[in-house]
Amino acid sequence: MFTDYLQTVDWSRAQFALTAIYHWFFVPLTLGLSVIIAIMETLYYRTKDEFWLRTTKFWMRLFGVNFAIGVATGIILEFEFGTNWSNYSYFVGDIFGAPLAVEGILAFFMESTFIAVMFFGWKRVSKGFHLTATWLTAIGANLSALWILVANAWMQYPTGCTFNLETVRNEMTSFAAVALSPVAVNKFTHTVTSSFTLAALFVVGVSAWYLLKGRETRLAKKSIKVASAFGLVCALLTAFTGDRSGAIIGRVQPMKLAAMEALYEGRTNCPLTAFGLVCTDDYTNGEQTRMKVEIPSLLSLLTFRDADAFVPGIRDLVEGNAERGIMSTAEKMERGKRVVAELRRFKEAKAINDIEEMTQVRKLFDVSTEEGSAFMKDYYPYLGYGYLSSPEEVVPHVPMLFYSFRLMVGAGTLFILILALAWWFNHKNMMEKKRWFLHLTLWCIPLAYFASQAGWVLAEVGRQPWAIQDLMPVGVAASKIPSSSVSVTFFIFVVLFTALLITDISILVRQIKSGPEKE
Amino acid sequence: MDTLTLLQHYWWFIISLLGALLVFLLFVQGGQSLLYTLGKTETEREMIIGSLGRKWELTFTTLVTFGGAFFASFPLFYSTSFGGAYYVWMTILLVFVIQAVSYEYRKRAHNFLGEKTFNAFLLINGVAAPLLLGVAVGTLYTGANFSVDRLNLANGLGGECVISQWMSPWHGLEAVADYRNVLLGVSVVMLSLMLGCQYLISSVDSDTIVARARRKMMMAASVFVPVFVVWLLVTFSSEGYGVTADGIITVEEHKYFKTLLDIPMLFHLLWMGVVAVLASLYVAYKGRRWVIHLGGMGTVFTVLSLFLCVGWGDTAYYASLTDLQSSLTIYNSSSSLFTLRTMAYVSILVPFVVGYIGYVWYKMDSKRISKEDVGY
Repeated sequence: MFTDYLQTVDWSRAQFALTAIYHWFFVPLTLGLSVIIAIMETLYYRTKDEFWLRTTKFWMRLFGVNFAIGVATGIILEFEFGTNWSNYSYFVGDIFGAPLAVEGILAFFMESTFIAVMFFGWKRVSKGFHLTATWLTAIGANLSALWILVANAWMQYPTGCTFNLETVRNEMTSFAAVALSPVAVNKFTHTVTSSFTLAALFVVGVSAWYLLKGRETRLAKKSIKVASAFGLVCALLTAFTGDRSGAIIGRVQPMKLAAMEALYEGRTNCPLTAFGLVCTDDYTNGEQTRMKVEIPSLLSLLTFRDADAFVPGIRDLVEGNAERGIMSTAEKMERGKRVVAELRRFKEAKAINDIEEMTQVRKLFDVSTEEGSAFMKDYYPYLGYGYLSSPEEVVPHVPMLFYSFRLMVGAGTLFILILALAWWFNHKNMMEKKRWFLHLTLWCIPLAYFASQAGWVLAEVGRQPWAIQDLMPVGVAASKIPSSSVSVTFFIFVVLFTALLITDISILVRQIKSGPEKE
Repeated sequence: MDTLTLLQHYWWFIISLLGALLVFLLFVQGGQSLLYTLGKTETEREMIIGSLGRKWELTFTTLVTFGGAFFASFPLFYSTSFGGAYYVWMTILLVFVIQAVSYEYRKRAHNFLGEKTFNAFLLINGVAAPLLLGVAVGTLYTGANFSVDRLNLANGLGGECVISQWMSPWHGLEAVADYRNVLLGVSVVMLSLMLGCQYLISSVDSDTIVARARRKMMMAASVFVPVFVVWLLVTFSSEGYGVTADGIITVEEHKYFKTLLDIPMLFHLLWMGVVAVLASLYVAYKGRRWVIHLGGMGTVFTVLSLFLCVGWGDTAYYASLTDLQSSLTIYNSSSSLFTLRTMAYVSILVPFVVGYIGYVWYKMDSKRISKEDVGY
C-alpha cells in the first residue's frame, strides 16, 4: 500500500503536469488575443472603417478555435485538485478555495456571458454594446488568470494564514495578504504580460506569413502595427516583472534560485551564469557547471540589489551554513518531525479522550500562549520537512530548471528585439522586403510557446518536492486511489488532449490559410 | 444562531442555488441529446446547435463555479467526494471536455476527427452529463462509503496519511448499485430533455422544430414525472441522517421529509417548483412559445428546495455508510468563519452577475434564431 500510494503520487503529478502543460498551450493566446481583438474592434468603432471590422472578425475566429480547448482543459485542472490531491485540497481549501470561488463568480461568468455576445451578437446588439462585450470578455479572461495565479502564488509562498489544530488545516487570516502578496502580484503581472507578448508574436508571425505569401497585405501590416507596439510594451514589462520575480524567489524560495542557477556553493559577489552545461542534479559530487560564461556579481545584484550580497547555494541550503545563519535541512526535518509527532500525540490522546494530554498539545499550537507562540514560530513552519526521508529530497531537478530558465530569459530577450524591429520595419514600410525577418517572426511563434512553458516548468518543478512550500510535500498531498486508476486516466488524457491539440492546430492552420472573409 | 452557523447555512444556500441553476442549464445537454431527433435536415440541426451554442458556456461555467464554491466553502466535501469517487468525477469531467470543443470544432474545415465525431461527443455529453450528475447528487441522500480522520496527517508517509479514505474499490461507481441514485440520474436526464425542448421552443424560429420539440417534451415528461415522483416518495419515506447539537450523527426515520416540514419555506419552494414545471409543460403543449422561463424557474425552485433539504435542518448532507460519525454536515465540513465571511462579501456581487447574465440573455434571445442566423 505504501509503494502504491507513492506511485499514485507520481502518476498524479504526471497527470496534473500533463493537464497544466496542455492547458497552457491555449491560455496565453486567449489572454493576449482577447485584448488585441478588443483594441482592433475599438479602432473599428472609432474609425467606422469596415476594414477593421473584417480584421477583428478574422482574429476573433482564431481566438474562438483556441478558446474552447483552453476552457476544456481548465475545468480538469480545477477538479483535479479534488480528485488527485484530496489531502492538499482539504489542508489548504480554506485559503485556496476562496480565490477559485471568486474566479468563478466574478471572472468566468463575465467571460462566458459576454463571449456569446462577442461571437453571435454582431447583428443583435449595438456596436457600442458589442465593443463593451469584447472588452469584458478580455477583462474576464484576465481576471480569471488573476485569481488562479493568486492561488498558485500562495502555494509558492503561503501567507495570510494560521494552522488550526482542531480542524488540522491552514486557515486564512487575511485575504489581502493572500491576494496582494508580492509573489501573487508579481506572478500575475509577469504571467499576463508574457501571455500578451506571446499573443502579439502570434499575430505578428501570422501576419508575416501573409506578407511572405503576398496576401492580405493591408490586414497583415495593420495587424503588425497594433501587435508589435502592444507586444513590445508587454515584452518590456515581462522583463521588468521577471527581474522582480528573481529577486522575490531569492527571498522566499532560495532553493529554486540556487537550482535554476546550478549554484552548488553559495558565494558573495555571485555571478550570473549566462550559459553553461549542467549534466547532474547531484549536488554532492561537486561537479560544477561546464563551459560556463559568467557575468560577475550579477546574481547578487539582481537578487538582493547588492553586488556584494551572499547568494546561498544548494549545499548551503541542504547542509546549512552557520556563518550565514542558514539552517540545515536535517535540522528543519527534526523540527518538522516534532510537529508531526505532536499531531500524533494529539490523535492518540483524542482516541482515548485524554483531556490533559490534548490540552498540552493544544497549548503548543496556540499562538496566544508563550509556549505556543515559540512553537508556531520555530517548529510549525517546517511541518512539511517532517515527512521527508532525506535532506537531499529538497533539491529539485537542477538541469531542468537551469535550462528552462535560460530558454525563458533568452527567448524573452530575443522577443523584445524582434517586436521592436517588427514595429520599426513596419513603420518604415520595409517589412515585406525583409524576408529573412518575416521567416524569423514566423519561427518566434513556436519559440514563444516553448518559452512560456519553460516559465511554468521553472515555477512548478522548482517548487518540488513541495505541494505547498515547506508545509506539505507532494508525497502526502495526493488522494488515496489505486495508482493503476490514475495511470489509466493519465493515458486517456494523453490521447484526448493530443487529439484535441492536433485538431486545434489543424483548424487554426486551415483558418489562417483561408484568410479573412472576402471583402 | 451564531455568525459561523449563519454563514454555513448561507453558503449551503449559495451551493444549492448554483446546483439548482446548473440543473436548469442542463437544458443545453437535453437539446444536444435531441440533435438528430429534432433536426432532420442539416439546416435544422445548425439552427439547434446555433441556439444551444450561445448557452453551453453558461452551463459549463456554472459547473466550474459550483465546484469552486464547494471547494471554498466546504473543502472537506471536495476532498472526500472528488478524491474518493474518482471514476465518477473523472467521467463527468471527460464528458464535459468533449462538449467544450465540439461546438467550435464540428463545422470547421480540417477538424481532424470529423463533424460526426463531434456530433457524437455532443450526444454523449447530452446523456451522460445529466445522468452522472444526477447519480452523484443522489449520493447526498443515500450516502457513500468513506471515512474521515483529519489527524491521519499525523500518520506520516504512505496512503494512511490521507484524511478522507474511500472504502469501496469501485471509487464512486458503486453509486449505480443503489436504485435511488439511478432514479435521480434518470430524472435529471428526462428533465434536461424537457427543458432542452422548452428552450428550443422558445428560441428557434422554426415551426417544424417547435412541433417536434413539443412532442418530444411530452414524451420526456411522461417518463420524468413518474420516475421523479417515485424518487421523491422513496427519499421522503426512507431514513435519513441527522446531526445533534453536539455533532453526533444519527439515523432518523423520514429525516428529509421532516426537514421539509420543519422549514416551511422548503416545502413551499418544492410545491411551487413542481407546479411551475408542470405548468410549463401544459402551456408549451397548448402552443405558448416563451416557456423556458417558467420551466426554468420551476426547476430552480424544486432543485433548490431539494438541495437545501439535505443540508439545512441539522442534516448530514453526505452520509458515510462505512463510519457514520465520518458523515459530513455543513458544520463539520465548512471553511473557517473568516473565509466564509470574506467570501460572503464577494457573494454580494452575485445579484449583479445574475443581472447582467439576464440582460445579455434578453438581448441575445429577443429575436429567435432563424435560418439566416446559422453560423457566424
